[in-house]
Amino acid sequence: MFRRWYLRDFILLIIYIAVLYGAWVALEYAAVYWPSMRYYNRILVMMGINITLAVSLNIINGHAGQFSLGHAGFMAVGAYSAAYLSVYYFGPYVAKMPDGSAQQIVWQNLLLIVAVLAGGLMSAIAGYIVGLPSLRLRGDYLAIVTLGFGEIIRVLILNIEAIGAARGLSGIPAWSSFFWVFFFCGLTILISNRLVSSSVGRAFLAIREDQIAAESMGIDTTRYKVKAFIIGSCLAGVAGGLFAHYTPAYLNPTGFTFIRSFEVVAMVVLGGLGSISGSIVAAIILTLLPEALRPVKDYMPGGRDPRMVIYSIMLIVLMLTRPQGLFGRKELWQFLPRRKDSLPNEARDEGNADDKLDRDAAPPVT
Amino acid sequence: MQTLLQNLLNGIASGSIYALIALGYTMVYGILKLINFAHGDIFMLGSFVGFYAGNFIAKQNGGGSSPLSAALVMLLSMIVCGAFGYLNERIAYRPLRNAPRIASLITAIGVSFFLEFGGQFVFGPDPKFFPTLIDKHVIQFAGVVTTNYQLIVLGVAIAFMALLQYIVYGTKYGRAMRAVSYNFETASLMGIPTDRVISTTFVIGSMLAAVAGILYGLSYPKIDPLMGVMPGLKAFVAAVLGGIGNVPGAVVGGLLIGIIESFVGGSAYSNYRDAIAFVILIVILLFRPSGLFGKYQAEKV
Repeated sequence: MFRRWYLRDFILLIIYIAVLYGAWVALEYAAVYWPSMRYYNRILVMMGINITLAVSLNIINGHAGQFSLGHAGFMAVGAYSAAYLSVYYFGPYVAKMPDGSAQQIVWQNLLLIVAVLAGGLMSAIAGYIVGLPSLRLRGDYLAIVTLGFGEIIRVLILNIEAIGAARGLSGIPAWSSFFWVFFFCGLTILISNRLVSSSVGRAFLAIREDQIAAESMGIDTTRYKVKAFIIGSCLAGVAGGLFAHYTPAYLNPTGFTFIRSFEVVAMVVLGGLGSISGSIVAAIILTLLPEALRPVKDYMPGGRDPRMVIYSIMLIVLMLTRPQGLFGRKELWQFLPRRKDSLPNEARDEGNADDKLDRDAAPPVT
Repeated sequence: MQTLLQNLLNGIASGSIYALIALGYTMVYGILKLINFAHGDIFMLGSFVGFYAGNFIAKQNGGGSSPLSAALVMLLSMIVCGAFGYLNERIAYRPLRNAPRIASLITAIGVSFFLEFGGQFVFGPDPKFFPTLIDKHVIQFAGVVTTNYQLIVLGVAIAFMALLQYIVYGTKYGRAMRAVSYNFETASLMGIPTDRVISTTFVIGSMLAAVAGILYGLSYPKIDPLMGVMPGLKAFVAAVLGGIGNVPGAVVGGLLIGIIESFVGGSAYSNYRDAIAFVILIVILLFRPSGLFGKYQAEKV
C-alpha cells in the first residue's frame, strides 16, 4: 500500500512546498508595497487555520460519526502548550542570537515546528481523555459531554497563572507565517485523505454507518473511536499552535469558547459531513463571509455591526436549502463530468469496489 | 450550619431558574430529539422584553412599582417569547423534520447565533440594568439572610412547574404530547395533530424560558445579549442530568445544579464554578448514561 503511492505523493509534496514558498514570498513582497495586503494576508492565514480545524473535525464528526462539540478546547490545549514552550523556553533562547542572522532564522523555524508538534501531542492526549467517555456515550450525549470538556478546559486555562489566566497570554514570538500555516494545512488534508482510504478510515466509516454491524464484523469500535478523537484533536492542536504564533501572537481564553467550536462544526456540516473537500470549501466560505460583509456596517445607523446577524441568517438559510451540506458526502471531483471513453456510469458504479460504501446515500441519523 | 443553609437557599433560588429553562429543553428533546440550542437565547429575549416593558410601564406610572405591573411585564414577555418560539419552530425546524437530525442541530445553532448577534445589534452589546419591578425587602430568618425576591422566584417557579405538570399529565393535550414523544408516526396515525402539538410544545417551552428570564433579571439585574449562553448550557446539563425528556427529572436536575454551584461558589474553589456543572454531567453520564430518572433503552439492531 505504501509503495503504491509514495513516489507520486513525494513529488506532489515537493511541488506543493515550492508553490507555497513562492506564494509566501510574493505575499511578503506585496505587503511591502501595498500595506493593505497585510489585512488580506491575515485573512488567508485565518482561512488556512480554519481549513485545518474543519478537516480535522471532519475526521471525528464526518468519518467516524462521533459528534464532537469540543474542538475549540483541543485547539486551546495545542495553542497554550505551544505558546508556553515558546514564551518560556524557545523565545528567550532565540532572542540571544544576533538579530536577523541565518542562525536565528533557522532556529526559530525549527523551534516553531517543535512547539507546534508539542502542542499537537498535548491535544492528542486531551483527545484521548475525551475520547474515553465516547466508549459509552453516543449521539447527543456525546455532543454535550465534549462541549462540557471544552468548557472545562477553558475554565482550567482561566485559572492557570503561568499562562496568563484571564489576562491572556502575550509575548509569544510571532514565528508563524502563511507558509507554515498552509504547510500544515496541506499535511492535514493529505493525512485525512489517506486515512479515508486506509483500513483505519474504512473502520471509521463502518462505525459511522452502523456501530453494531461494525462490531459484529470484528472491528474494535472502542479503539477506532478513540483513535479518531486522537487524530482529530492532534491536528486541531497543531492548528492552535500555529494560531498562537501568528501576529498579534496573543491568546485569550475568550477566543476558545464553545462558540468557536460551533463555528467549526458549522463548517463541517455545511460542507457535508464526511466530505473533505466540502469542509475545505465551507471553511473558506465561512471565513470570507464575515470579512466580505464588513462594508455593510457603513450603511447602518449608529455604526452598529450587522455582519454577524447576516452571517447567522445565511447559515440558517443554507442549512434549510441544503440540509445534507453543500457536497453531501461526495468530494468535489465526484461532481465533475466523467470521462466518456470507458464504461457507462451504472456499470462503473457496480464494478467499483471502493464505492460500495454508498457515498451518495442519505447521511446517517445520529 | 448557617452558611450551609444560606448556600442551600441561594442554590434553590438559582436552581429553580435553571429548572424552568431545563423544562423547555427537555420537552423539545422529548418530542423532536433535538437539542434546541436557541432556547438559552430565548431566555435572554424574555429578559430583554421584560427590561423594555418594565421601563415603559414605570415611565407611565411615574416610577412606581407594583406586583400588578410585574405580572403584566411577565405576561407580555411570555407572549413575545411564545410567539418567537412558534416562529422559530415553524421557520427553522419544521422544514428540516425529515432531514438528518444534525441539520436541525446546526440550524438551532444558527438561530442561537441570530438571537445573540441580533440582540447585540438591536439592544446594543453593553449590559443593561433590569428595572426594579417589585420593591426589595431583606428578610432575616434563623440567621439566614434572604430577600423577598428569592421567595418570589421560588414561588413563581413552583407555580409554573406545577402548571406544566398538570398540562402534561392531566390534560388531553398533555396526553397528545406524550404520545407524540413516545412515537411520532403512530401518534399521527391515531389522529393526533402532531404539527400543532409540536408547535404548542415550543410555545410552552419558550414561555417558561420567558418566566425564567424575568426571574433572572429580578435576582441578577445586569442583563446583556450574551447572558443566555451559560444558563442555557447549564440548564441543558440539568435536563440531561435528570434524564432528558423527563419533566420531573429536569426540575430535580436544575435544583441539583443550582445547589451544587452555590456550594462550590461559596468554597475555596469558586473560580471553578462554571466548570462544575460539566464535571457533574460527565461523572453522571459515565455511570448512568441515561440520567438520574431516564429509562435505559437497549439498542436494537
